[in-house]
Amino acid sequence: MSDLTLMLIKLAFLAVLWLFVIMAVGVIRTDLFGPSAKKKSKRSAKQARQSRDDAPRRAKPAPTRAPKGRRNEPQSLVVTKGPLAGTTLSLGSAPILIGRAKDATLVINDDYASGRHARIYSSNDQWVVEDLGSTNGTYLGQQRLAKEDPQPITIGQPIRIGKTFLELRK
Amino acid sequence: MTNALSTQLPPVKRRNAELVMVLVAVGITLFAMIETGLTRNGELPGDLFLYGGLFGGLAILAHVFIRFFAPYADPLLLPLAVLLNGLGMAMLYRLFESTWHNLSGAKLEEAMESGSASGQLQWTALSLVVFAVIVYFLKEPRVLQRYPYIMALGAVVLLMLPLIPGLGATINGARQWVVVAGNSLQPSEFAKIALVIFLSGYMVTKRDVLSLASKRIKVGNFKIMDLPRMRDLAPMAVMWGFCIVVLVILMNDLGSSLMLFGTFLAMIYVATERGSWIVIGLVAFFGACTLLYPFVSHFRVRMVTWLDAFNPQVYCTDEFLNNPDAFCGGGSTSQQLVKGLFALAEGGITGTGMGGGKPANVPEIQNDFIFAAFGEELGLTGIMVMLLALALLAQRGMRIALASKELFVKMFASGISFLIAFQSFVVIGGVTRVIPMTGATIPFVAKGGSALLSSYIMLALLVRMSHNARKPAPQAIQDEGATQVFSR
Repeated sequence: MSDLTLMLIKLAFLAVLWLFVIMAVGVIRTDLFGPSAKKKSKRSAKQARQSRDDAPRRAKPAPTRAPKGRRNEPQSLVVTKGPLAGTTLSLGSAPILIGRAKDATLVINDDYASGRHARIYSSNDQWVVEDLGSTNGTYLGQQRLAKEDPQPITIGQPIRIGKTFLELRK
Repeated sequence: MTNALSTQLPPVKRRNAELVMVLVAVGITLFAMIETGLTRNGELPGDLFLYGGLFGGLAILAHVFIRFFAPYADPLLLPLAVLLNGLGMAMLYRLFESTWHNLSGAKLEEAMESGSASGQLQWTALSLVVFAVIVYFLKEPRVLQRYPYIMALGAVVLLMLPLIPGLGATINGARQWVVVAGNSLQPSEFAKIALVIFLSGYMVTKRDVLSLASKRIKVGNFKIMDLPRMRDLAPMAVMWGFCIVVLVILMNDLGSSLMLFGTFLAMIYVATERGSWIVIGLVAFFGACTLLYPFVSHFRVRMVTWLDAFNPQVYCTDEFLNNPDAFCGGGSTSQQLVKGLFALAEGGITGTGMGGGKPANVPEIQNDFIFAAFGEELGLTGIMVMLLALALLAQRGMRIALASKELFVKMFASGISFLIAFQSFVVIGGVTRVIPMTGATIPFVAKGGSALLSSYIMLALLVRMSHNARKPAPQAIQDEGATQVFSR
């Protein structure tokens, strides 16, 4: 073995080591940005196929995201004020139940919130908030919502429940 | 810590990415062996296929096992462990097997005494069996929360086991070994895990009390720190006393002592978010060390060989070799540390290539100083990869702690990942002369059965916890409002 060959082997080995690190960092990327868009569409296509074949066999492992057609579609529900400030929920197709009950999607530990206080869901490509008969009421801006009267909400409109403020974000 | 919605991990499996990375890690191991063989003996190692088949097979089996029994586990954990384990094994191959090329008979048997890569491979197989058993049977890590005090007792018993005459053994100055059926085991490796379990369970129940503050220290308007109440210091006092009295004074086991106390401090900080605990703990620990300094000779030797390593008297050059008044008269020198530093310097940026260095110059290089061997042969470039792999492992652990919803699991995962990070720091810091040598092992890399086994136990716990943290929440049967079914 000539020295040159050995040196090339040495450098190749170090390059392979760093290749491993780069691959590892690539895998971590999913943490930050979620699965890449290409994969997601492939997966949902697969799910659609599966559900056509044997629809009621089992529940889907993950809720499919709301279609991202327009750019103004809200992507997440953000808590802007209150004890949970900073919490972000990504909006799916499932409704978001807010309240003190343990099975709520967003559990608010607040004396002014009811067990099942309000819910936020999408109907006809429009996100709406509905008060579920709470004691202290749900406020959209300054206005108190009537019981069980869903109101459409837009991005950035503050929703107040007890001491917690929520809003939709892109 | 109450709400984890924003830190939830996406329920992605990425099992194929894991498979590819495991294969790359096995490939790196074999590449290192090939390089060793070509450099040292000018030919491919004869047992390359044996190692490739066995180690690769084991790694792929572990991957398949995860695919079936913990499909949502973090895809990076296993590849990182396989890489570190494989690099360690390749280095042992380079240190032992590849040097037996021209030996035969009695000389060969003598050489085989000190260690081998095939021994490490056997321990890897055993560790992976234990790994599989833990991942399979420990469906919910929270069941460990039920037995905190039994775990504490277990940890103490494990730590004290080497003190039992006939069972314990003193190797390289520290009484931390137990000889079972011809194999020497280090029970303190397992005691650490038991201690993390105990601390997680204990902190979950006591964290509200421990985070109570009685006095706030201020300088002007600036808050310095909050002091806890005196009576809440009891747990720390017990831990401190145990680490100092039992481990340092009775057993000369500075490494375990530092590790256990460091883990305790980290976990109490995670539980209470109070920096004052760390300040108090560090002051108490280093205060005790300073007080003990004149009395515990073992401890003094380590400090002098650290601070004054390049002094000829401490290094023990030939002129002081037979001088009883010199520091090294007692048989303790800084030769290992200094030669390790020379080996690191010899490596430079790209190293000498696997098999191209002279790591045998450093005494006992297969144990703690295996890091110096890597530094010499892979250089800074290669060592950075090892450090990154260890750091990523710890980072994934912390990520699991952030993502999981139960307090106990949060504490447990953060404790284990701190242990991995701190253990690496203590060893590598010791080898690079940042801190005194203590005698711990780099997780997954170092030679030794108990170290490898305990590393794989920690990996199994992390895999199980990450699977539980990432798997998608059970779906309601009806749209909303119906009773939810929780799968266990």
